[in-house]
Amino acid sequence: MGDPLHTVSTLPTARRPGCPFDPPEELLEARRHGPLSSYTFPGGHVGWLVTGYDLIKSVLSDPRFSSRREFMRHPTVDYGGLQLPPVPPGEFLLMDDPEHSRYRKPLMGKFTVRRMRLLTERVEQITAEHLDAMEESGPPADLVSAFAKPVPAMVICELLGVPAADRPSFQAQFESFMDAEAQDEDAATAYTATRDRLGELVAAKRAQPTDDVLSELTDSDLTDEELQGMALVLLAAGLDTTANMLALGTFALLRHPEQLAALRADPGLTDRAVEELLRYLSVGKTFMRTALEDVRLGGRTVRAGSSLILSYNTANRDPERFTDPHVLDFRRQDGGHVAFGHGIHQCLGQQLARVEMRVGFPALVGRFPSLRLAVPAEEIVMRTELSDIHGVKSLPVTWDA
Amino acid sequence: MGRVNQEGRAIRTGVDTGRCIGSGMCALTAGEVFDQREDDGKAVVLRPEPPADSWDAVRDAAGLCPTGAITVWTEARPDT
Repeated sequence: MGDPLHTVSTLPTARRPGCPFDPPEELLEARRHGPLSSYTFPGGHVGWLVTGYDLIKSVLSDPRFSSRREFMRHPTVDYGGLQLPPVPPGEFLLMDDPEHSRYRKPLMGKFTVRRMRLLTERVEQITAEHLDAMEESGPPADLVSAFAKPVPAMVICELLGVPAADRPSFQAQFESFMDAEAQDEDAATAYTATRDRLGELVAAKRAQPTDDVLSELTDSDLTDEELQGMALVLLAAGLDTTANMLALGTFALLRHPEQLAALRADPGLTDRAVEELLRYLSVGKTFMRTALEDVRLGGRTVRAGSSLILSYNTANRDPERFTDPHVLDFRRQDGGHVAFGHGIHQCLGQQLARVEMRVGFPALVGRFPSLRLAVPAEEIVMRTELSDIHGVKSLPVTWDA
Repeated sequence: MGRVNQEGRAIRTGVDTGRCIGSGMCALTAGEVFDQREDDGKAVVLRPEPPADSWDAVRDAAGLCPTGAITVWTEARPDT
């Protein structure tokens, strides 16, 4: 093709100082050159970095691009040609159809718009309880540990039917699962421990079903091992993501006082504010695919076996798709972000996430009219750019008591 | 009544349940026209001939569907 291909040889490890909400400059730079760049993986494989909105949607809706773990290459670590084994049964995020469908299908009816709306009242209660506790013990408070992490953890405990007496220990387990950063030794330990606890929970539900998603699923041909894997997917996909949206979203609100004021003045703006925060923050930054055959993409040929890095956060800031993409604007007219992905793997729990955020943000800013950062914004510690989900490590906030 | 746009054509909509993955985007976006089945979360069309005040939402829903399962077409039928 005519245009020279932009080449990226490593993923950025940090964002520009003072810009914790914007994608790293190197990725924005890649997008400026075009929606598709060449990417050299550690170890030498030449694959692709997709930064454009339209191209990412094309890849995500094309079954010739695989999600299977055994085909994946790590974008920043050279494992010396070591191939990962297929994922354990039930962990359908890293599978293709038809295997993926076997697990997603039985869950689809459990996460509908209607069913998630029915949960609203309960999410309101859980949210209020945590805000009560935060108000009593502060100011100040760490919004992450007081609110953003425990609320989604409690919601998922209820969906999975964790008995009330066991919730504190499960919640602690889930939180340690969230804290563990990829490639960390603790991550493997937390993964195994969480998997074991979910295994015990599945066995308990099989023996004595209660009124929850996991118990309902025992009434099917799914094995205990499969249910354990599915429960792990629900945790892995639904917990850290929502927690970081709540915390980073609060950080963004506090750094955009005019948007926060607009939200406070008009609760009817909440739904759009949540969609805009999802677009603007894109906490699930990067996903991988592998070409199963040669595919023409954006005027280039992606060879079978090539790895593709899909940069959701640059797609959600694509100037060809969004007007003034780097501006947080709750009155924005152009919807259709890819924060939940696209295609057959699009987030199963997105309607639950919406309920948690539609409840969470207004409740938080309504409870604390004088909510503000307790430290200068530059001192807020962000997660490393190499972690799967973007966010703050902690968010010290304060208010007028 | 209310079934014509400026070109005098009503719109109709349908769902390919084979493609649907139950994201709920249609029910979220145009809840008076789309719902989801209780058992498998797949989309159902409540109003195949959507009322005119929902047409924008129906088109948005089709655009937001992650698997392109929703079709919207105009019917060459004058308003009566």
